[in-house]
Amino acid sequence: MQALLAYGFLQRAFLAGLFIAVACAVLGVFLVLRKDAMIGHGLSHIAFAGVALGLFLNVLPLAAALVVAVGAALAVVKLKGRAGLHGDTAIGIFSSLGLALGVLLASLARSFNVELMSYLFGDILAIEPLEVALAVGLAAAVLVAVRLNYDKLLFMTFDRESARAAGIKVGRLDTLLMVLTAVTIVLGMKVVGILLVAALIVIPAAAGLQVASSFRAAIGASAAVAVTAVAGGLGLSLVLNIPASAAIVVLCFLAFVVLFLVKKGRGVPPAAA
Amino acid sequence: MSLVVLRRVSFAYDGTPVLVDIDFTIEEGDFLAIIGPNGSGKTTLVKLVLGLLRPTSGQVEIFGRPPAALTDRRKVGYVPQKATHIDPFFPASVEEVVGMALLSGSRPGGRSGREARARVHRALGEVGMADFAKGPVGRLSGGQQQRVFIARALVTSPRILFLDEPTTGVDAETQDSFYEMLHRLNRSEGLTIVLVTHDIGIVNKHVNRVACLNQRLVYHGDHEGFCRSEAFREMIAHGNHLIAHEH
Repeated sequence: MQALLAYGFLQRAFLAGLFIAVACAVLGVFLVLRKDAMIGHGLSHIAFAGVALGLFLNVLPLAAALVVAVGAALAVVKLKGRAGLHGDTAIGIFSSLGLALGVLLASLARSFNVELMSYLFGDILAIEPLEVALAVGLAAAVLVAVRLNYDKLLFMTFDRESARAAGIKVGRLDTLLMVLTAVTIVLGMKVVGILLVAALIVIPAAAGLQVASSFRAAIGASAAVAVTAVAGGLGLSLVLNIPASAAIVVLCFLAFVVLFLVKKGRGVPPAAA
Repeated sequence: MSLVVLRRVSFAYDGTPVLVDIDFTIEEGDFLAIIGPNGSGKTTLVKLVLGLLRPTSGQVEIFGRPPAALTDRRKVGYVPQKATHIDPFFPASVEEVVGMALLSGSRPGGRSGREARARVHRALGEVGMADFAKGPVGRLSGGQQQRVFIARALVTSPRILFLDEPTTGVDAETQDSFYEMLHRLNRSEGLTIVLVTHDIGIVNKHVNRVACLNQRLVYHGDHEGFCRSEAFREMIAHGNHLIAHEH
């Protein structure tokens, strides 16, 4: 394994994978607790249209996906507010539209090819140095944005009305959270692919929530699950010659099962210190 | 000094009037009960004062400014209705719930962690919940959770505290000690308290002012005057009860 790590492509995969895993896991805890878990699924379909647009226009697909996904995230927030739609309906509209546009554009660009497949199913071992720099930089930016708004996001997630009364601009924070999620989804696309990226947002968070008795602990546990799954999935993919994306998601799920059983075994934690 | 002033305030939801022509002040040091039947506009009134809703007409001022222009929100504490109807699986410890109101983790150069922790523990001490700081809030009883939410409202050292139906679902014994605690905060800390309730039975030992709402302000004054008022007789006639005043 040590010898393998000397390869540049593996170092790039681990570096990008770990940063993206932590960003997904941290945002995931907020999204799952807000009952917005499916936003990851919806935005990934929209990002697919962005990838197809990038291939059609012959620009970096990751960058095109970023622009399209962030634009759609802003539109989802507006649609929720203006059209009085529930979040899942707004997501449903954009996710179907994203998939349809993606298929149309890919067909027009005649790019139903290996590159498109690498976005659908992820191909982290083929990640380019430019993409690594983009992934690490943006994932770090997502984490810094969450850190700077940590208490506000926690307050809003826990008790939206009191947060508003405390002067927190919850509308702006909703938008920030959606934009950060769109960025993270686009980054995660390269790790596990469009079809599985929602798993990196939802499963580590759901697993961490099984055992945490504080919010910080939930974020820590979620990040630990995501990092372990990405590192383990990459390792398994090399050793067993299986797709890294599938291995990562299966490991996330196994971690969820283990932590669920730990919770069951422990019973209900006591309330008092 | 008037902390809150409402001038000819009206509010309507989709054209249906909820509050009509309310003129009203809350003075520093008041322990005010806003009472009235369900749907009388009590919660709406508090939301207007906090700036969570905007009046259809009229003016609202808190600390001499419109609510939207109040920059120092730490002066105002709020415990919303159904505060204790939280997700029991939300992974927040008691000290996290109280500390979130300080927003210290969101401000570079804000309160240091040590100072924030000291404030959280002081607020928890005031409501008798210091021993529960590390435990998950979702596992506490309704009465204990209510104290934690009050600690969260107190942690910024507010000058006025709004509580909307704070004892819903809390047993009678716990309610008594809860009102004792509010009484102490009002008397010894000088905290102005505004308590919304549909149960005039709580207007027993501690409240010194009463505002009775039924779309309009049908009574606003001291407790003794309220007991002699037409508004009080109307409420009794409609099934609300009153425990004898014990000043």
